[in-house]
Amino acid sequence: MELSDGAARILSALLESRTGQQLSVSRRWRIETALQSLMRERKLPSLDHLTAYLASGREPGLADAVVEALLNNETFFYRDRPAFELLLGPALSRLREKREGEKLLRIWSAGCSTGQEAYSLAMHFAEQKLRWQGWTIELIGTDVSRSAIEKARTGLYTQFEVQRGLAVMQMIRCFEECPGATWRISPDLQRAVNFQVHSLVEPPPHPGRFDIILCRNVLLYFPADMRRRVFDRLAQASHEDSILMLGAGETVIGQTSHFISDSENRGLYIRAPRPQAMRAAS
Amino acid sequence: MKTCLVVDDSKVIRKVARHILETLDFTVEEAEDGREALSRCEVNMPDVVLLDWNMPVMGGMEFLRTLRQGDHENQPKVVFCTTENDAAHIRAAIDAGADEYVMKPFDRETLESKLQIVGVA
Ligand SMILES: C[S@@+](CC[C@H](N)C(=O)[O-])C[C@H]1O[C@@H](n2cnc3c(N)ncnc32)[C@H](O)[C@@H]1O
Repeated sequence: MELSDGAARILSALLESRTGQQLSVSRRWRIETALQSLMRERKLPSLDHLTAYLASGREPGLADAVVEALLNNETFFYRDRPAFELLLGPALSRLREKREGEKLLRIWSAGCSTGQEAYSLAMHFAEQKLRWQGWTIELIGTDVSRSAIEKARTGLYTQFEVQRGLAVMQMIRCFEECPGATWRISPDLQRAVNFQVHSLVEPPPHPGRFDIILCRNVLLYFPADMRRRVFDRLAQASHEDSILMLGAGETVIGQTSHFISDSENRGLYIRAPRPQAMRAAS
Repeated sequence: MKTCLVVDDSKVIRKVARHILETLDFTVEEAEDGREALSRCEVNMPDVVLLDWNMPVMGGMEFLRTLRQGDHENQPKVVFCTTENDAAHIRAAIDAGADEYVMKPFDRETLESKLQIVGVA
C-alpha cells in the first residue's frame, strides 16, 4: 500500500501537534504497519480512507488511537545495563552525599512507556532498603501515551516482557506469576511509582524539580528546535546538581547549552554552569 | 572472543541463538543433547552454556548436575533457555547450579542482558 503525500501530511501534522514528534521520511515505511490493525478494526481499506475519515471528525477517539499506534513504545528493564550501573552506582552515591540533609530524592522517568524504566529504579531502591532507610524516594513516570501509562499502572507484563533485561532472581523476587503467562509486579513496587499521562512539550509534572531525570530514547524522534525546547524544560525541572540520563545513542552535545557531560560519570549529564556565572568569571 | 556452547535439540533454536550470539561477538559451538555437550566441554570448556531443559539422550538438568560435580576451577556460566516457564522450574534450575534463566521465546535484548548479568558479555 502506498502512503500518499496527502495522507503522510495529515498523519505527520496530527502526531506533531499531539506529541512534538516528527514523522521523518525514514520512518514513513513504519506507518502502514503501525496502523494496520486499527484500519482492520475500523474496516478502512487504505491510509487515504483513514485520513479522510480522520479529517471528517466523525469519530472523536480516532485521532487518539492513531497517535497511540504511531508511537514507538519499545522499552525493557535496565535498558542499557552499563549506563544503569553508572547511574545507580557512583552517580547516585554522589547525589546521596549531597542530599544527606533533606534525605529526599525526586526522580522523573520522562517518556517512560510501559513503566519498565521507572520500575527498574524502584527495584533498585527496594533491594537497598537498609541503605535508604529514613529517606523519601519519589518516583514519577510520565508518557504522552495513555495506553502505555495504563499498562504501567497495572504492573502486569507478559512472560516475554518480564524477562527482558531482568536477572531471573530479581524477576522471581519482584513479580508474581499469574495465570495466562503474565507476571504481576509486587504491590510495594507498584505503589512506589506514580505514573501520569504527560507530554514533554508541557511544563514538567508536579512538583516541578527533580534530582534525577531519565529522558531516554524519546528525543531522537523530535525535530531539533523541539528538542532544544524540551532540554530547556528539563533544565527548569532540575537542580544545579541534578543528573540527566539519556538513551545510549543520545547526547546533549550540539543540542542544548543547559547540560554538559558529567566528567566523573561519562554517559550521564549534569547542568551546565549558569551563563551569568560564566560571564562573571570571564 | 568468548565461547558459548548452545545445547538444544532444535536446529531452529540453535540457529537463532547462534545468530544472536555471533552479533554479540561470541564464538559459538553447538550440541544436540546433554551428552554431546559434556564431550564438548571435556575438549574445550566454553565461557557460557545456553542450555535447553528437555532433550533426548541427556536432558539439561542431568547435564548441569554432572557438569557442576566436575572440576571446580574451570566452571562455565550456565544459562537455561527453555519453555519450562514457571517459578518452580526456575528455582529448581538455580538450585542445581544454573546462573541465569531465559524463557522461550526470547530476543536479542533478553539474551544480551542475561549474558551481561552473568558477566560474560
Ligand atoms: C522508545 S520509548 C522509550 C521508553 C523508555 N524511556 C526507554 O528508553 O526504554 C519512547 C516513549 O516516548 C513517548 N513519547 C513520545 N513523545 C512524547 C512526548 N511528547 N512526551 C512524553 N512522552 C513521549 C512514547 O509514547 C514512548 O512511550
